[in-house]
Amino acid sequence: MTVAADTSAEGSGTPRSPAAVPVQSRRRLPWLAIAFLGPTILLLAGFLVYPIIFSVVRSLYDKTGDGFVGLTNYKELFTDPTTFTALKNNLIWVVVAPTLVTMFGLFFAVLTERIRWATVFKTLIFMPMAISFLASGVIFRLVYDQQPDKGVINAALVAVHDTFKPSAGYPGARPTAPDDFTKAKDGAFSTKTAVPAGDTANLGLLAIAPDNVPGSARQAADTGTGAAGAISGSVWLDFKPGGGGTRNAVDTGEKGLPGITVEAVRDGKVVGKATTDDTGAYTITGLGGGSYDLRLPGNNFTEPYNGVTWLGSSLITPSIIGAFIWIYAGFAMVLLAAGMSAIPRDALEAARIDGATEWQVFRRVTMPLLAPVLVVVFVTLVINVMKLFDLVYVIAPGSVQPAANVLALQMWRVSFGGGQNPGLGSAISIFLLALVIPAMIVNVRRFKRDAP
Amino acid sequence: MTRIPTRSVFAVLASAALLATTACGGGGGSTKKADLPSLSGQNLEVAAVWSGAEQKVFEKVIAGFEKETGATVAFTSTGDDIATVLNTKLKGNAAPDVAILPQPGLLTQFAKAGSIKPLSADTVTQVDDNYASIWKDLGSVDGKPYGVWVDASNKSTVWYNVPAFDQAGIQPPKNWDDFMKNAQTLSDAGIATPVAIAGADGWTLTDWFENIYLRSAGADNYDKLSKHEIPWTDDSVVKALTTMEELIGNKTLVGDPGTALQTDFPGSVSKVFAKDPKSAIVYEGSFVAGVIGDSSDYTVGDDANWFPFPAIDDSPESVVGGGDVAVQFNDSKATEALMMYLAGADAAKSMVSTGSFASANKNLAPSAYPDDNSRAVGQAIVDAGNNFRFDMSDLAPAAFGGTVGSGEWKILQDFLRDPSDPAGTAKSLEAAAAKAFG
Repeated sequence: MTVAADTSAEGSGTPRSPAAVPVQSRRRLPWLAIAFLGPTILLLAGFLVYPIIFSVVRSLYDKTGDGFVGLTNYKELFTDPTTFTALKNNLIWVVVAPTLVTMFGLFFAVLTERIRWATVFKTLIFMPMAISFLASGVIFRLVYDQQPDKGVINAALVAVHDTFKPSAGYPGARPTAPDDFTKAKDGAFSTKTAVPAGDTANLGLLAIAPDNVPGSARQAADTGTGAAGAISGSVWLDFKPGGGGTRNAVDTGEKGLPGITVEAVRDGKVVGKATTDDTGAYTITGLGGGSYDLRLPGNNFTEPYNGVTWLGSSLITPSIIGAFIWIYAGFAMVLLAAGMSAIPRDALEAARIDGATEWQVFRRVTMPLLAPVLVVVFVTLVINVMKLFDLVYVIAPGSVQPAANVLALQMWRVSFGGGQNPGLGSAISIFLLALVIPAMIVNVRRFKRDAP
Repeated sequence: MTRIPTRSVFAVLASAALLATTACGGGGGSTKKADLPSLSGQNLEVAAVWSGAEQKVFEKVIAGFEKETGATVAFTSTGDDIATVLNTKLKGNAAPDVAILPQPGLLTQFAKAGSIKPLSADTVTQVDDNYASIWKDLGSVDGKPYGVWVDASNKSTVWYNVPAFDQAGIQPPKNWDDFMKNAQTLSDAGIATPVAIAGADGWTLTDWFENIYLRSAGADNYDKLSKHEIPWTDDSVVKALTTMEELIGNKTLVGDPGTALQTDFPGSVSKVFAKDPKSAIVYEGSFVAGVIGDSSDYTVGDDANWFPFPAIDDSPESVVGGGDVAVQFNDSKATEALMMYLAGADAAKSMVSTGSFASANKNLAPSAYPDDNSRAVGQAIVDAGNNFRFDMSDLAPAAFGGTVGSGEWKILQDFLRDPSDPAGTAKSLEAAAAKAFG
């Protein structure tokens, strides 16, 4: 249009005032505008405006949609403790997740500027973006699994832990006669009645997995002969495979437990100790007269370390945020790297020539020039985090879902996932919309300012 | 209500059962056969949620009917949301002749709306002859019989690791006290957590509760509680929760509740049926067989087996379960003939022939089942007779009995976390039930 106007102006030879051109096109504008905008307006109205209005109206009605209930749904929304947990979690998400993701993204972006093979690195970091949230959720449900043979994080933790502090002996074992023993905090068992020197004492244990009994173990020795100044006996597995046998008596077929330390204690001090042999027999020698408490120290029964309960109520939200970072760090990195490559090199060079350190260059030149991109990344992430649903739904086990709840999930739960109350669901969605609007405004304003 | 992919589990079970078939001769039903009319040239349509392997099984039933009468029967698979599909078809005046519903609630709904027709006198005779009276009642609305139960499932099966039981020298328990003693013996024998509880999946806990409640409070109370005619604060509920507490409150038997709450249903099964089993007993329905076949090297009937949920205080043989019910949308001669056929032993025989379905038909010859395991599952349903009850949480509104993280599921998970206050738990259950039942 403008071109046409220009050529006609050229033909007349007299330069026309620039204002004349818009006047001419303004007359034609409404029809054209309607032609071009029409479909968009129709789509916007049909798919965005109408649903929003409908949701607002629906949120004022009850479960069935027949009875008008006014603001009751909103009242329930703000008094229900479940929604409150969801709101609290959403707040944690909005504060923590976008910040961390932006930081990681910035870190990777700066890093990739300075290394070889940057493309490979960038591709790797960006790869999780190609995986759907649902699939990522399934992956992380496994990654965080508590059982070390399934969950890779706990497998690593257990491997490291066991290198320094291996689980030893007979974890989980307990005396046959628990009433005759006291159990200390460190897992040690002590006899309640003292054993006089020269006597014998057999200590039966239970609850030992057959696999935990060493292959060298042999038929348990029955009571040894007492000798002066010594206590002897055997420590044995008081369970006959296949059942049968008498409790508290060494039966044929019951094996001794090798390698258990037995201590003789008097007045809280260890006076003597011995280790059991393959028949479970031990003899503590060098004792004077009198009686001694026998103690089986806790290190005989060290429970294996099982890692951390990542998906328990207390750690669930941080765990899911971890998965979110894994997915979105690449997104932030790519945008920020693009932003950084747009920064004029001469500005950085000038700063360096003026004697600025690398940190100063980053802090005083790169960051301010990158600020617009940082804001876009951050705000986009905030909006993304607010509507977060799938990760929480997939990663949190059913028993932990209430603790991991977020608003979008709560909305789904009350309207479809059993609650069957679209009224309350609509109320939550409108509330969510109200929360997202400020972030939207910030983004839209940016776009306007950036527009040429 | 399909809470876990039971259907796919059944499909797996079906194929596993086919492989393990011990080539039984198929003895026929001994019941008197009703005379079916000749219906050549007639067309019928049957709709059900089944697809894949399950559909194939039902098509065998249809083939039997077609052979006897000469009618042509088309099968339509509706997908899981059968209610929506049928309602749409009804509005369009294109309802199938017969539909097989997975929920008794739907039958009530259709009967009240007048969409389905009561059973013909001949079909009722067949139902009376072949089923315990509870089944007729379960398919009746306002005293009129509407439904024929084409299959039944058994959720009163407790699965155990046979070598672990042998190692501990114990036999499957008959009653709750023996069950508790067995668990203790297993612990003595070195099984870390004798009973595996799938606390991450709330529905397994509701099934535990229902089995205990049916046995400790009796079938009448069970019916009342299902309909919320007695409150959950009733003494019988507190008593059942206290019984449950004996087990889940004992860390020696079930381990740390935190770990149990992280264990999902497949995880609980693989804890028992593993190379190095951490547990020896897991409770859930007959579909556990499919999970065992799918995820372990154990063989059902050999080193993996089940016993009926133990009796409490000399309770009679009882089964908590479910089933699919056939209803008719018109009363044409052909439709009524098909319904009558479905109520008979021939249909039941085809239905159970792969082992993926069980039947409550008491005149079905046990030899119709392809293997010992499916035979025992079906036999337990027939033996329970009128002490069969539907899974209570399936009968309740979903907000109470079928929602992750709320209602009964959440409250029983909280109870597993801290089982010290059965009365308080009963109170929470009542509050949630009152809200959901409205």
